[in-house]
Amino acid sequence: MSIEPAPIPSADQSPSLWRRISTFFYRRPSLALLLLLAPPLLWLGVVYLGSLFALAAQSFYHLEPFSGKVLRDFSLSNYQELLSASSRDIIGRTSLMALAVTLFSIPLAFPISYYIARFAKPRMKTVMFMAVLVPLWSSYLVRVYAWKLILAKEGILSWAVTKLGLDGVLNQVLAIPGIGGPSLSVSYLGMFIVFVYVWLPYMILPIEAALERVPRSLLEASSDLGARPLSTFRRVIMPLIIPGVVAGSIFTFSLTLGDFIIPGVIGNSSFFIGATVYSQQGTAGNMPLAAAFTVVPMAIMAIYLIIARKLGAFDAL
Amino acid sequence: MPSKTREPRSPLGIRIGAWLALVFLYFPLATIVLYAFTTDERSFTFPPPGLTFDWFGITAANQGFRDSLGLSIEVALIATAMALVLGTLLALAVARFSFFGRDAISFLVVLPIALPGIVTGIALRSTIGIMGIPFSFWTIVIGHATFCVVTVYNNVVARLRRSSPSMIEASMDLGASTLQTFRYVVLPSIATALLAGGMLAFALSFDEIIVTTFTAGQQETLPIWIFSQLNRSHQRPVTNVAAVFVILATAIPILLASRLTQDVSSEQ
Amino acid sequence: MPTNPAPAVRLANVSRHFGEVRALDNIDLDILDGEFFSLLGPSGSGKTTTLRLIAGFDHPTTGKIELQGQDVTKLPPYERDVNTVFQDYALFPHMTVGQNVAYGLMIKRVPKPDRQKRVEEILELVQLPGMVGRKPGQLSGGQRQRVALARALINHPRVLLLDEPLGALDLKLRQQMQIELKAIQQRVGITFVFVTHDQEEALTMSDRLAVFNHGHIEQIGSPAEVYEHPSTSFVAGFVGVSNLVSGPIAKAITGSPDTFSIRPEKIRMQEPGTTIGSDLCAVEGTVRDVVYLGMHTRYLVELAGGSDLTVVQQNLDTTSMDVHAARGRRVQLVWQREHNRVVTAKS
Repeated sequence: MSIEPAPIPSADQSPSLWRRISTFFYRRPSLALLLLLAPPLLWLGVVYLGSLFALAAQSFYHLEPFSGKVLRDFSLSNYQELLSASSRDIIGRTSLMALAVTLFSIPLAFPISYYIARFAKPRMKTVMFMAVLVPLWSSYLVRVYAWKLILAKEGILSWAVTKLGLDGVLNQVLAIPGIGGPSLSVSYLGMFIVFVYVWLPYMILPIEAALERVPRSLLEASSDLGARPLSTFRRVIMPLIIPGVVAGSIFTFSLTLGDFIIPGVIGNSSFFIGATVYSQQGTAGNMPLAAAFTVVPMAIMAIYLIIARKLGAFDAL
Repeated sequence: MPSKTREPRSPLGIRIGAWLALVFLYFPLATIVLYAFTTDERSFTFPPPGLTFDWFGITAANQGFRDSLGLSIEVALIATAMALVLGTLLALAVARFSFFGRDAISFLVVLPIALPGIVTGIALRSTIGIMGIPFSFWTIVIGHATFCVVTVYNNVVARLRRSSPSMIEASMDLGASTLQTFRYVVLPSIATALLAGGMLAFALSFDEIIVTTFTAGQQETLPIWIFSQLNRSHQRPVTNVAAVFVILATAIPILLASRLTQDVSSEQ
Repeated sequence: MPTNPAPAVRLANVSRHFGEVRALDNIDLDILDGEFFSLLGPSGSGKTTTLRLIAGFDHPTTGKIELQGQDVTKLPPYERDVNTVFQDYALFPHMTVGQNVAYGLMIKRVPKPDRQKRVEEILELVQLPGMVGRKPGQLSGGQRQRVALARALINHPRVLLLDEPLGALDLKLRQQMQIELKAIQQRVGITFVFVTHDQEEALTMSDRLAVFNHGHIEQIGSPAEVYEHPSTSFVAGFVGVSNLVSGPIAKAITGSPDTFSIRPEKIRMQEPGTTIGSDLCAVEGTVRDVVYLGMHTRYLVELAGGSDLTVVQQNLDTTSMDVHAARGRRVQLVWQREHNRVVTAKS
């Protein structure tokens, strides 16, 4: 057998251009790193973050009352405007909606997360996981639009309510001031349902991921030590899935805060932050005020993210 | 407890809750599909008075639908390509080097989808306006690429973290330069992650409406066209057919993407 | 082949610091052409760092590395004529066995037919014929290990580096691979640098070895030298099992308080009070513990003053019943004075 050092043709006598480039960067790793980082950081770090800061800065400009031109000098007039009764109303209403959507999503998300993480057999697990994942990434507008069909006066929900003889109940619910309205498709309740529907997958997946990380032995240890299922849930599972819940609520809360499509398609004509921003920068042409309104969700989210980080929610994203 | 089986049995409440959540998630989509066949073209009567295939032909012939569909596909393809480049560069930097601020990168990347779309949209709109760039096809692409980077980055960085660093050393040890190592070892090992990330990016871009509202000029992407059709009072099922189309065009790439990433993780 | 006067590998004053941690501190090491050389030491002792410096995956903080007399300190791995067999094998999962093995040749643009021929030859050598089309995922641990070896050997490097390549294998396979590796090395005549924490492996396979501890080299020598003449207490303890005797007991036995080591298998056990010649050392004690190991038995004998000695005796004509009966018995321990090794407690 010939495994004596048979001559191997050495690559090229003079190293190729690519090889020399490779060696050049091999010797200068920080230059290579710079080259990798420069394009994405220019885009995300400079253009995108820069835009966010510029937007925040514009919230300190104000409109010349008569000409409607933007005056570029520092003023807090927009923030005074934010404190006005009508603005406070908008901000309060939006935040309340975001909070309600978030709180309601948690118990709705838990059973399916728990089922996927603990009980489903591998095949079923994949199927259910995908069933949650697909609506998370896809067809946002279409999924909102579907509810217009369902909630319409002549639509499927009214039909079902009539068939079940529950007309009276529905009318009573719609008569409740604050959440009701002439029909579901133009009520706060209708909007609430659609918000929960659209953001629910964002709550399910992080909770599922957090549950997945709870070692089975821990639960067995708890029941072994005499804890009944309910107290195992309260004392062992709950604390461990908190990061998942917080991660999920980052999305449900934030996305509800800024949405203007759902109030546009489903809601009554009351204003939410998103719709206000949209109309201020568009029809009203008051960019500084619109900017000030976007600072509200940014500030709320910043505080939220800081708390979430402390609770370790980023590992659950 | 009647029997002490080791196999965990799901409590009835959990099972019912799980299935109800699934029904809740898919019932509206089924409704849309149903209404794509209804013969009632002015309202959303349930049950539909009759069923027909006509709307598919009518939609296919609709110029507004065709134009916006073409635009959406072009935007999604180019935004995906940009996201692939930016996301891969960033993932390579994060996975292979340690540098100041590295931990902040994943935060920065997720920001465009974690912040309300309206914030991203209006921020980009005002910057584009200040820089005097006319709103066009390319401003839409810029907006979409910004929030699509995250899908590529997350997929690639996860793959790089799972693959053994000694593979790169092995390649260089066998005489391959850095660039050859990238071509023969790194690129093939992240190929499916790139494909998966790219498909998610495509789906994300294809049905985006909020950021697009702010970064588009007169152009109508498919979601914007659908949105503009919502208050029309005749030929309503055309919108439903378009919606079914969006569901398919976004769900299929996502299903494929997850298949790709699962195959790899079960292989190891 | 002309003999090269320069050593295959030379490390001169090499240090590698990671921040405050001195993974390697002023190492000098010459590895000769054609040698099977082992780097032996506990984990964290610097042996793997040394290997990575030779391969070029890492670069020394100070000092110089030469291969065949050529300074390679600053060269990237792909410019060095060395190849590595990795601890986790590092096979490319997306390539077949054939593509893995041919990788180095492909990079060097060896024509395809030639490549195929060499791949077949080298797979024959590592006893994996007919595996060309498999994927690494379809192979057993032992087979992957052979592929990794073939992938490195096919390039005929001047030096082959092996980073604990047998660590993941079970004992039987491991012993078989030890013999095979040694045979392959003798056949191809390539310098092997072998990292291991297993002293038995190092002793059976190496021509010479270096014992590492805390980033230093404690001793360099042939297996016999290192085993028979450990130069430090660390080497005496790490290579094989040694009794270290020091202080008043050492003085009582040898007349000098210097610490010395004595191997357990050199000691005989006999009735107390037996008179002995002047070329022998003796001490009395009580058998505290007995471990019957089939071929031989290990006794723990407690000496006056509380220290103890381990003694290993062949089970020539003793049974397990006999040896267990020895527990608690008073014995005299005797050994040849020449087996004492005075060691320094350098660290």
